Amino acid sequence: MSTELLKSIADSNDWWALGPELTLAGGALALLVLAIVGAKKDLRFVPALAIFTLFITLVTVVGGFDRIGEGEQLFGGLIRLTVPGQIARVFFLLSSLLVCFLATICLPRARVPRVEFYHIVLVVTAALMLLAQANHFVMFFVALETVTIGFYILVSYYRERSLSLEAGLKYLVLGALSSAILLFGIVLLYGAVGRVEVAGVVHNGFEFQTVYNFLHGDPHNFLATAGALLVLGGVAFKIGAFPFQVWVPDVYQGAPTPVTAFLAVSSKAAGFAVLLTLVRTVFAPLAGVLVPVLSLLAATTILLGNLSALTQRNTKRLMGLSGVSHAGYLLIGVTASLTVPWAPGAVWFYLFTYLLASMAVFGVMAYVAGPDDTGEELDHYERLARERPFLGAVLAVGVGSLAGIPPLAGFMGKLLLFLAAFQARLYGLLVVAVIGVVISIFYYFGWIRAAWFESWSPPAPGAAPARPAPAGPNWVGVATLAAVVLATVVLGFFQQPLTSWLLP
Amino acid sequence: MNPSNAQLLQLAIATPLVAALIIACGLPKRFSTKLAAAAFAAPALIALWLWSRFPAVDAHQYSFLSTTYTGLGNFGISLKLGLNGIALPMFLLAAIVGLAAGLYALRSGAERLKLYLVLLLVMHGGLLGVFASVDIFFFYFFHELALIPTFIMVGLWGGRDRSYAAMKLTIYLTAGAMLSLLGLIALYVKSGANSFDLIELKDAIAAHALAGHTQVWIAGLLLLGFGTLVSLWPLHTWAPLGYGAAPSSAAMLHAGVLKKFGLYGLIQVALPLLPLGLQHWAWKLALLAGLGNVLVVGFVTMAQRDLKQMLGYSSVMHMGYCFLGIAALSTIGTGGVVLLMVAHGLSVALLFLLATSVHHRTHTFDLAEMGGLARRTPVLAAFFVAATMAGLGLPGFANFWGELTIFVALWKFSPALTAVAVAGVVISAIYGLRAAARVFFGPPSEALQRVLAQHPPADLDWREKLPALLLLAALLFFGFYPKAVSQPVDQALGARAAVVAVPHR
Repeated sequence: MSTELLKSIADSNDWWALGPELTLAGGALALLVLAIVGAKKDLRFVPALAIFTLFITLVTVVGGFDRIGEGEQLFGGLIRLTVPGQIARVFFLLSSLLVCFLATICLPRARVPRVEFYHIVLVVTAALMLLAQANHFVMFFVALETVTIGFYILVSYYRERSLSLEAGLKYLVLGALSSAILLFGIVLLYGAVGRVEVAGVVHNGFEFQTVYNFLHGDPHNFLATAGALLVLGGVAFKIGAFPFQVWVPDVYQGAPTPVTAFLAVSSKAAGFAVLLTLVRTVFAPLAGVLVPVLSLLAATTILLGNLSALTQRNTKRLMGLSGVSHAGYLLIGVTASLTVPWAPGAVWFYLFTYLLASMAVFGVMAYVAGPDDTGEELDHYERLARERPFLGAVLAVGVGSLAGIPPLAGFMGKLLLFLAAFQARLYGLLVVAVIGVVISIFYYFGWIRAAWFESWSPPAPGAAPARPAPAGPNWVGVATLAAVVLATVVLGFFQQPLTSWLLP
Repeated sequence: MNPSNAQLLQLAIATPLVAALIIACGLPKRFSTKLAAAAFAAPALIALWLWSRFPAVDAHQYSFLSTTYTGLGNFGISLKLGLNGIALPMFLLAAIVGLAAGLYALRSGAERLKLYLVLLLVMHGGLLGVFASVDIFFFYFFHELALIPTFIMVGLWGGRDRSYAAMKLTIYLTAGAMLSLLGLIALYVKSGANSFDLIELKDAIAAHALAGHTQVWIAGLLLLGFGTLVSLWPLHTWAPLGYGAAPSSAAMLHAGVLKKFGLYGLIQVALPLLPLGLQHWAWKLALLAGLGNVLVVGFVTMAQRDLKQMLGYSSVMHMGYCFLGIAALSTIGTGGVVLLMVAHGLSVALLFLLATSVHHRTHTFDLAEMGGLARRTPVLAAFFVAATMAGLGLPGFANFWGELTIFVALWKFSPALTAVAVAGVVISAIYGLRAAARVFFGPPSEALQRVLAQHPPADLDWREKLPALLLLAALLFFGFYPKAVSQPVDQALGARAAVVAVPHR
């Protein structure tokens, strides 16, 4: 029996193709084992081990990028290997690497257990990668739940702080609601599609291809349309799109800074990876319903995100609500992807620029937050440029790129999205997007103003005594942040590295 | 021809940007100032050389063409550089004003001088890039590259209300830039050329002219966007506030050169590609510019007490003439606009420079608190009066030819508006001469006497004289030899008439 199993494993390509995810899972287990058998002083190697695992996986994924069989299905159709799936793998690995880097800044100061944090990050990363390659609604749901449960734990990781616990509880309650909506949608689809026998093989309403075939034949089926919309609603929770954005500010504020970054970048990108797959391959026949729904979603998300970010003084809430507006811009790209074939590449380009810019900003936030990880008001950024010019410069580039100011990478991302929207004739959405960008200049500018423009003005009489300057980054921090900033600037001038890969 | 002129053009744009990068990476201050001086001077020399070599036409009226791909080739975006007859004078203007602003900044004694120089160099590189870009995407891109340092410079080194001014500037100009970007993208999509390359766009539109209503809304977008950037009334309120707060070199480069981006865009992009669209808007534009910019802002300028604010308003007013010249939709009007852009760029930069020099001596910009400075600083007074005369279009200065040709073109368009525009000259003479009189002649005010007793004023020294002389010499040169500008402009506009007929009224 066991030899047979081993043989089948060796024969099949399935397990090899899942190598990256298995490596991460193995690394995660190794961390737990280390925590049990290792001496206490060995625990300081935990972050390095996690980062090493992520890095090795990233290298193998990038190295084997061209060698995957496009469209090959694994495990009887649970997973489908595609180029967007590979892009998503690279994205999530890169993002998790930077999240681990942020964790090395924040966690040691917070006196919380470390091993579990990195363990969960690795597991969640593997689940994110599976989610982006899912080809079956059961696989999709299981991967999504693995991600979400990991985040429930991570959000309330500062378990002695009421804000963190409150954030975790809110995320849990609303996350459960969204899971229920998603599940309801999946069930409706399954019920509508039923079991189909094609050439002697039985297919059911969980398989993406079967659902597509069904919708293609019967695009006006009410039950299936309702199911599709409910599934999209569940995904909209992940990306923080209106009206599922209510959880964003509180959860972002309460979560530890690395987790906020993880939520803002990876969780959002996962939503978009799934959304692109669903909209382009599974629900494509419903374009007549999807375009108005997605357009409405995009417009309201952009306006609501930007307007609610206007008055924020807390940087984490600001990042959360401005992130909502970024989700709105990306939704324009998703809407355009129904008609413009290269639009998914533009969405991924935007996501990569968003990753770089956000991580630069979160890096600065991690340093400014101070030893107790609480310095997150805009006032805490005053005099940053004078006391830590390097952090000030990183912040300026990151925030500028998020605001979409040329010549930074974020502008190129917006440009490509706008081009796609133009080609898809979404003129109304473009107007909304431009209004949103102009509004966003106001609050991003406020941040730059706090960090730079007020740096050299004398303090007002009677002002609170100045906080001590934030700790300066060590050489690893300087190198990482410098690399992120350099990438943001270079991609603004020279897009070849990303476009040759995302928009061939 | 080694290195070739096309490479020299690339070099002119790259030099300030690379120098900025080197200084930003932590070059010691001593070397930084030397490197910055070289990086400000090199583009000016190259621009002069290219100007002497100019009618070296490669293709489609463009000289010194070169193309570099940055990875957006699929979308028809490539860094295509080259100069035509309209771009060349503007490129020269950017190089000269950039050199003057750079020289002034080097010795300005600004705090955090290195950062100041880095930003100024980036701005300079962006400005040169704007006018050398044949690709309209990079045309926009370089504009933004030059615009961002302006915001930061106003915010960090600005005078009164700098935070508010920087924010207002940022929001207005970003909104204007986004609108014009939408217009440019619309042009790209609607033309069907699948390219941002202006030459290919022209070919595509010559083959299939855009439908009338499409031209109208794209031209409307461009006019709204570019109009905000050029301070078309009533979207001009950022300008006086921003220039009032901006440090001198930033004000020189922005008011002198960067602001012309919108007008230049209308001439290079909108006029040849959207003739029907512009025709639709011509009257509305002319009324806004004539009544709003020239008359209303002219009267507002007369009421100003703050010297720098007054200069800001006066530059808004002069932009009205440029819009009128464009609205006339004729070859001679367009040529006049290019001439006036060059002349106004030089004269307004000179005035901002001198205003700062005045401030160094009087420690105030308030016109009511000045007077009698001519006796103490005769050279400064001479420069200031000359610059004022240039600003109000005295023959002998370049501004004269620009205004004259615009009036001639405007007469065909509407004699009534010509009368308004000529009345504007009287208004600008009133405020210009009155400002010069208040600053330099008459008895000094009591407040000023106290200041002058504490800090006895010295006349212009060489660090101020050199850039001022440079600008004044250029003004006089173009004033006595306008052919230097008009010949390449005629060449470009004449060739254009053969491609797309600009409708005459």
